Amino acid sequence: MKLLETGNHLIALAANVAGVEVVPAYPITPQTQIIEMVADLIARGDMDAEYIPVESEHSACAALVSASLTGARAFSATSAHGLAYMHEMLHYSAGIRVPVVMANVNRALGPGWNIWCDHQDSISQRDTGWLQVYVASHQEAVDTVIQAYRITEDHSVLLPLMLNLDAFVLSHTYMDADMPSREEVSKYLPPYRPLWKLDPKKPVTHGSVVYPVDFSETRESMQIGQDNARRVAARAAEEFREMFGRWHGAMVDGYLLDDAEFLIVAMGSLAAESRVAVDALRSEGKAAGLLRVRFFRPFPIDELRELCAGRQGLMVIDRDFSYGMEGALFTEVKGALYGYADPPAANLIVGIGGRDVTYELIADHAKRAMAGELAEVTWGDSHVTRAHEITREVLREFEDLMD
Amino acid sequence: MVSFKDLPEEELFLAGSTACQGCPSSLALRIAFKALGSNTILIVVASCTSVLQGSYPLSAIDLPLMNVAFATGGASASGVVAGIKALAKRGELEEEPTVLVWAGDGGTYDIGIQSLSGAAERGTDFIYVCYNNEMYSNTGTQRSGATPLGAWTTTTPGGKAQHRKDIAQIMIAHRIPYVATVSLAYPLDFYQKMQKAKSIKGTKYIEMLAPCPPGWKFPSSQMIEVSRMAVQSGMWLLYEHEDGETRFTGATKRMIEGKVKKKPVKDYLEIQGRFRQILASPEGQEAEDMLESEVSESIRRLQGWVPEYI
Amino acid sequence: MSHDEDSVGYMTSVSRPVKGCAGNTGEWRIFRPVKDDEKCNNCLLCWVFCPEASITKDTLEIDYQYCKGCGICEVECPTGAIVMVKEEKR
Repeated sequence: MKLLETGNHLIALAANVAGVEVVPAYPITPQTQIIEMVADLIARGDMDAEYIPVESEHSACAALVSASLTGARAFSATSAHGLAYMHEMLHYSAGIRVPVVMANVNRALGPGWNIWCDHQDSISQRDTGWLQVYVASHQEAVDTVIQAYRITEDHSVLLPLMLNLDAFVLSHTYMDADMPSREEVSKYLPPYRPLWKLDPKKPVTHGSVVYPVDFSETRESMQIGQDNARRVAARAAEEFREMFGRWHGAMVDGYLLDDAEFLIVAMGSLAAESRVAVDALRSEGKAAGLLRVRFFRPFPIDELRELCAGRQGLMVIDRDFSYGMEGALFTEVKGALYGYADPPAANLIVGIGGRDVTYELIADHAKRAMAGELAEVTWGDSHVTRAHEITREVLREFEDLMD
Repeated sequence: MVSFKDLPEEELFLAGSTACQGCPSSLALRIAFKALGSNTILIVVASCTSVLQGSYPLSAIDLPLMNVAFATGGASASGVVAGIKALAKRGELEEEPTVLVWAGDGGTYDIGIQSLSGAAERGTDFIYVCYNNEMYSNTGTQRSGATPLGAWTTTTPGGKAQHRKDIAQIMIAHRIPYVATVSLAYPLDFYQKMQKAKSIKGTKYIEMLAPCPPGWKFPSSQMIEVSRMAVQSGMWLLYEHEDGETRFTGATKRMIEGKVKKKPVKDYLEIQGRFRQILASPEGQEAEDMLESEVSESIRRLQGWVPEYI
Repeated sequence: MSHDEDSVGYMTSVSRPVKGCAGNTGEWRIFRPVKDDEKCNNCLLCWVFCPEASITKDTLEIDYQYCKGCGICEVECPTGAIVMVKEEKR
């Protein structure tokens, strides 16, 4: 069925057709529409699920985990500070191996308080053991929710998945998308069959104390799950294409890669914008292409090694920053390529805290990178405004008080 | 009347655990499991009980058990209860299991109060048991919001300067259907309150004083005696709150009715090492008096005492 | 990425309930409870109060394999039928 809806509403509707049974969630801008839609669907009798109106995100994630461990298919959604507040439970959920799915509407972390888009929130959760996908369109958001349970519930994976979509650019804009029916989805996604659970018929202890002599293997096992997710995600995407005729890429997606001499590497909606930039560069006769990283975890190591080899240059766009270093995606890309391919690479930091990013800005920086004129790390849209001048005045007044 | 003979023989807490000698939590688990039976899902909040159950890959608890993070007792229960509803809708459950959360005072009074309050406000159908040993025993006896005035802990080396919270009253203020306090010295009272909690729908809060032999510094053999003395001195009051009314029960009821004389708080303080320092200090008498006033204030409040300013 | 795919499901912190998960905890004992059957009135208090589930309900036998020797049964026994006796050096 074709719908014209916001990205947030589409996420909620997709969770419904995916047969989600429990939704613990706590409201936070810009995620609220997701849980409002879930509550509304349940109230109307259009969704057969338990909504748990928890009192915090920490509790949302705790209930998400325990509902899943009981044997139910569970889903939640959050953003920014909510995700940060869940941090302990993100580690917990991956550590106890529950195949839950959560939408994270990418938003900046304060202070200064900012409800707009960047990737700092989810990038900061890189090492929790969660699978992380970044979508670039409304339709991809819908299809990824459905594919997500195929991936997480696979007994060779059993790790939680975070579906990241850009605040407002995707969450609040209306776009048309095809929403498959529950019946169609059930042919693609079988009911959840847990490998282990809380069951009085089989009483076991979950989450025991584990001594050093046994602990490391439980953690290596999480990495095995991550590695297995590469194959499982690729198969889930392939089978989805066979059944529904849509394709958004597997670990990565590409645009005009074949003959590209220069690659832009990006995630989320900036990758969609970069596609337009690639078209602009091509119209000027520049052989640019786009490599869109869909899965940030597991990281597409093999794909990057294969697709970046032999190129004349890369520009990696980060909508986040690892303070004291550089953009997080830039570090990861270089790490994957080390010893395999070494095209000159530059890092463009843009779109922080919801700053609008145009394709012209991306194309201009790409041209400078191609000419070898872009610094290794460039904050591409930074400039001092009148507001910053006022702050400087205030700080000078503080200095005067000290005299 | 229930007698000891009526308690099931089956042990769901298995002998040979990693608990300390005379551990109140292991005894309480035994009795609670006898009251609730094997169709129970247990959520253990980070505490001594996370450790006394043994370690990977073996466990002393013969129930489906989930060890959860410190601040998540209530929320974890809400998730399990919702999960049970989902399985019931699928027709996968013959009888819905009882959900039991087992938490210490740290996981209840301090870091877990938000999660517990949320679950109670949501009316999650579960039993929450706080085994209150009045300190962070598992990490080596630091102060908590449940530590009584004057008590030594490693973080109150001169004795705690503040009163403990009255969290059972906080739970009553949530308008949940059942709140009860219990003592290990009165196991049948505990057993029956657990059974009653199981029969009631909604959030049930049960709190037990759990005298910790190493933490409170008394011999393990005295664990029941210290529990009993806490009740007899009024430092631990037995009651239940149901349908908007509070009733004293058992030994506390007899004490309030004047059938047995209340023992001085000092008798209770003197049989533990954690009050030795304050009692021997110049502030000893004042601390004792303040604890006696705390007891009478608690009794008055439970009897429906209304402060003058209302 | 050469991991054994089948091994992933078997490396989580799931534990099996067993008696004696901490081994023969009777070895912790310094004092051993010894019961005088003639003084015992079968009141079951020792069974109820045993924190280690180491006394059987039907015969009130003490399971020395696991009894940690906390001594609660001696203190709570109303007839003095249980006495704590120092363990011999093992």
